[in-house]
Amino acid sequence: MTETAITTRGLSKHFGDLVAVDAVNLDIPRGQIYGFLGPNGSGKTTTIRMLCGLLTPTAGDVEVLGLEIPAAAEALRRRIGYMTQKFSLYDDLTVVENMQFMARIHGLPRQQANQRIAELLDRYTLQTMRGRRAAAMSGGQRQRLALAVATLHSPDLLFLDEPTSAVDPENRRDFWEKLFDLVDEGKTVLVSTHYMDEAERCHQLAVLETGSLRRQGPPAQLMAALDQRVIEIRGADLRRVKASALQLPEVQSAAQQGMQLRILLTADAANGAIERLRQQLHYPSLEFNVTRPSLEDVFVDCTQGDALR
Amino acid sequence: MNSGQRIVAVAGKELRQLSRDSVTFGMVVMIPLIQLLLFGYAINTMVRDIPVAIVDLSGSVAARVIAEQVRVTQVVEIVATYNTPAEAEAAIIAGDIRATLVLPHDLPQRLAGGETAGQWLVDGSDTMVGSALLALRSMPLKLEAGTPPGAYSARHPTFEVALFFNPERRSEVNVVPGLTAIILTMTMILFTSAALVREREQGNMELLITTPIHPLELMIGKLIPYVFVGIVQITIILGLGRLIFDVPLHGRFIDLAIITLAFIGASLTLGLLISTLARTQMQAMQMTVFILLPSILLSGFMFPYDAMPTLAQYISELLPATHFIRLIRGVYLRGAQASQLLPDILWLLGFTALMLVIATKRFRKTLD
Repeated sequence: MTETAITTRGLSKHFGDLVAVDAVNLDIPRGQIYGFLGPNGSGKTTTIRMLCGLLTPTAGDVEVLGLEIPAAAEALRRRIGYMTQKFSLYDDLTVVENMQFMARIHGLPRQQANQRIAELLDRYTLQTMRGRRAAAMSGGQRQRLALAVATLHSPDLLFLDEPTSAVDPENRRDFWEKLFDLVDEGKTVLVSTHYMDEAERCHQLAVLETGSLRRQGPPAQLMAALDQRVIEIRGADLRRVKASALQLPEVQSAAQQGMQLRILLTADAANGAIERLRQQLHYPSLEFNVTRPSLEDVFVDCTQGDALR
Repeated sequence: MNSGQRIVAVAGKELRQLSRDSVTFGMVVMIPLIQLLLFGYAINTMVRDIPVAIVDLSGSVAARVIAEQVRVTQVVEIVATYNTPAEAEAAIIAGDIRATLVLPHDLPQRLAGGETAGQWLVDGSDTMVGSALLALRSMPLKLEAGTPPGAYSARHPTFEVALFFNPERRSEVNVVPGLTAIILTMTMILFTSAALVREREQGNMELLITTPIHPLELMIGKLIPYVFVGIVQITIILGLGRLIFDVPLHGRFIDLAIITLAFIGASLTLGLLISTLARTQMQAMQMTVFILLPSILLSGFMFPYDAMPTLAQYISELLPATHFIRLIRGVYLRGAQASQLLPDILWLLGFTALMLVIATKRFRKTLD
């Protein structure tokens, strides 16, 4: 048994002239939460759909759980759970009815299905709303129901496409706890998001932008790669400072965050860039500090930096 | 002033959306264009070429002369000859012919005495066909070159006409069984044509196709509930037809059940095929209308099939409603049995199977 859940080589998808996914190579290990981070339209959903056999790749090879996709998509369907970006259960069925329906579609024997449903109602705190129609549930409740249904048949691999987009922060935190529980049981979870805080929780991350894979690795490692390149400037009149900073060749991006200006230096900016910045930005009483890179810096570096180069 | 601007904005937006929905846009043009041409040519209230048979018991020359004179009226087309009136009646019940002219043994004597020459046995279940044949009642006969047309009085018409199955020529008798075909066509196709589209529109489909479900399982599962809907509807129509309009069932219940299920199957699977063609519920609805209009006008429900030009008859043959109208009038009004109506039943069953196969083949478990 391999330690890799998903491998792709040169995975591409074109819709007419649009290149939605461009030669993506992925190696997704088993038993981890693997994140796809990228803005809308970066190819996250298209990639997930190709991985579960819903879309046929224009080019490239895909192997999921040892199965060639899309050729063996039908065999794969028994072993994966999929949570679509848009809520895709039946609004006019109740929680339990939705679960029973999907359990039967997956071919679970009645006894086993009932037991599993009881277990999942408990686990995802849906017990009190078992008779409620999905249409009358909040975003967080619907999302827990969708996750419960995605895991009904105990799949080895879960695809979650922006599962928390309609959920408040409190529920998002709970949701991630559930994901870690699943990983503890040996499941592999592939989750797409455009939230930095969520991305940071993943074991590994792929940063996607306009269909291309820009970075792949553990979040900490991706952030560490930007060490010494993020500088915070405090002081007055930051809007003008920002405009000046963006003129400098070593400044890749500048973003105001409340009382400070966050500067990302280009990759080839040498040590001592902070001194040069200090000299060139002629504004009174500015305070310069090298600071710890965040995932957002990684993201900005991927998206803007690569475009500049 | 602002109000005008807003109205124009809404109208402009609506027009733009309409022009981007190619199916809807196509239907806007196609429905009037095709259907008008179709119906303009096809609908003919002048009934001609009704298929009839001759039963000549006299074996006389006069019988052949009469048959020829009946033929040249163009009202009927003689498609068969039978030896006994019983055989001809069976053919009427089976729907092979609409009427038969029975010419008795003593035909030459009757003609000599200026008496009624023969009797038309007419399938009265289609009132327009019945009326057309009634007109033959007093047609003039010219027996030999030179002799004047027979002087037939009202007391002794040329032919007697016996209208079977609907002697009072009540239109309800004709309409009620036919209406089941129209109502079932409408509801059955409409329900199922929206069935898959709705799942796709509401996003359920994406989840469903990542499960091990087989397309055929999905299709059959989708259809089963509507079979019961269809049964409820036909029960209501025929029940009320019996209670209020006094249209009784002449055939056997089992035959009615067989033909109805065959037709429900054909309509549901046709709806399913539409469901795989349409992208939105709106499109599905328009495609349903596109099928429904000819089902009303070309199926024999409103105008006799026999009166249509050949091309229209070919189109008519493609519609499940045409076959069902023949079947239900046969069973319901003429008391025919399923075994006498096999071609239409087999056609419906074959159509059902074909539609199911095409719909299943068209349905892919991908989003490509």
